[in-house]
Amino acid sequence: MSSPNTPSPNQTAHTPSGQTATKSGTSSRRPLLPWVAGPAWFLAALVTWRWPDADDFPDTNQLAALFCTIGLALTVTAALRRLSARAPWAIALGLGFTAWEIIQAKLLWLPRPFFGTPQDLLDVFLTDWRRLGDSLLHSLGLLAVGYGIGAALGVAIGIGLGRSLRFRYWVRPLIRLIGPLPPVALLPLAFIIIPSSRLASEALLALAAGFPTTILTWSGVAAVDPAYYDVARTMGARNRFLVLRVALPAAMPQIFVGLFMGLGVSFATLVVAEMLGVKSGLGFYMQWAQGWAAYPNMYAALLVMSLMCTGLVTLLFKVRDRVLSWQKDGLKW
Amino acid sequence: MVTTPTRIAHPLGLELDHIDHGYMIGGVFTPVLDDISLSIAPGEFVALLGPSGCGKSTLLRLIAGLEPPHGGTILAEDIPISGPGPDRIVMFQDPTLYPWRTVRGNVALGHDIAGRKDPASVDAAIELVGLKGFERAWPHQLSGGMAQRAALARALVNDPRVLILDEPLGKLDSLTRLTMQTELHRLWRDRGFTAIMVTHDVEEALLLATRIVVFSPRPARIIADLPIDLPPHRHRDDPRLLDLRKNILTQLGHSADW
Repeated sequence: MSSPNTPSPNQTAHTPSGQTATKSGTSSRRPLLPWVAGPAWFLAALVTWRWPDADDFPDTNQLAALFCTIGLALTVTAALRRLSARAPWAIALGLGFTAWEIIQAKLLWLPRPFFGTPQDLLDVFLTDWRRLGDSLLHSLGLLAVGYGIGAALGVAIGIGLGRSLRFRYWVRPLIRLIGPLPPVALLPLAFIIIPSSRLASEALLALAAGFPTTILTWSGVAAVDPAYYDVARTMGARNRFLVLRVALPAAMPQIFVGLFMGLGVSFATLVVAEMLGVKSGLGFYMQWAQGWAAYPNMYAALLVMSLMCTGLVTLLFKVRDRVLSWQKDGLKW
Repeated sequence: MVTTPTRIAHPLGLELDHIDHGYMIGGVFTPVLDDISLSIAPGEFVALLGPSGCGKSTLLRLIAGLEPPHGGTILAEDIPISGPGPDRIVMFQDPTLYPWRTVRGNVALGHDIAGRKDPASVDAAIELVGLKGFERAWPHQLSGGMAQRAALARALVNDPRVLILDEPLGKLDSLTRLTMQTELHRLWRDRGFTAIMVTHDVEEALLLATRIVVFSPRPARIIADLPIDLPPHRHRDDPRLLDLRKNILTQLGHSADW
């Protein structure tokens, strides 16, 4: 009898390891640190409230109230024993705001107006929240349409490239010609030939999202083990099943890499399009703020934009974790 | 393993008529199968033995309908095979479970393709191969033997009339292999399907098959066709089995080595 050339011994099924990490290891330190987070923010509130400002800054008392509220919220969280892992960050942020408040609002060490105070930033949100929110919604709307269309087209074209010789013959040269071009380079042309600047931006966003998605879907589909098709075919599967239920799920890990890359390019394209053509959105707001030397507004817009981008990336990763829950291990965002 | 819910499959008989096949390798046509004629009766367990790479697996692909033969015809009940179909299910050397489906989802594959809902038969097939309790496991959580059992359940759930086995136990460790041989044999007897199995393992062929077809090196030709007239319950140390083994190894040109 030929010796079995088996790669692995007959082990029993095992669950993914990792949940056994000791949680009680830091029990001696745990009760203390979360309780420091609240006071760190109370300190920020106290400094803001009692130490006189170096200049006539707006909303100092509101800021102190905000810091105080955060401090209270953190104390409640600590009492509910929900703060253990995030406590160091909460403390660092409280102390950081205290330092910023002292350096800029109380001592005014850095040149204005390029460096603002925390209350300047708060004032923008309190007075201009409507316009900021409106800009955010416009940006999100533009992104949703452009990125959505681009991602869907990218997956479809990628599958076509991976599965059909004729489709590949005609489409591959076009992809190679247009794809690597930064979408921003097409911006002037798009604004000329497409009458609506919004439509032009959406088209460019679709291009931005579509190219990486196309390429990675293609590579994912091309890398599908042919045996997967054989298994389904021997049970009578037709092309539709092979594409939607075999090639697509098998290529999904790669597709998500493409969707992630496409999202990054979309952000860049969105900001430039809003700065150059579209008369709304966060990019436009920032451009406007810079034009009027309204630096706190610019910082506020930057903060909102950063939260928007990281929020969308987080959303994408959540979807990915859900869709790819079958994978052994994945990157944790 | 639990007692098999016996089902009367209608085993399929196959008629292979002067099959020729080959592949273009590096721009050169390489013949793989040379004038293979073989008649397989319904319910037979045929083992195809031959040197590695001789073209046995190619023959299985043709029977499964995954590729059309270059020459000759394959008839299933007098109808030429024109493509794959769920009456002829292949079990490959690798389990080829879909990593994005759970064990249950993998076993239900044939139902999904046919657009059929029959969870009871999926559960029955899983229980039949001894994977009860692992329905929700992902393939990467299974050992090699368990994965191959899941692949077996995935094949059986289709109620195949022919089970095409492409060295399904080739990569298992020797103990798992012995268990699986016994189970495979029992399934074949209880279910009554026709089985065609490629193997390198002469002993495996002798234990399971009612007939052994021996192939030459590539391009494969049939050099021996031996009916195995032994009772279904065979013992590995049966002297008749050892005689047959010596005979087959001689056919394969290994007499001196053994």
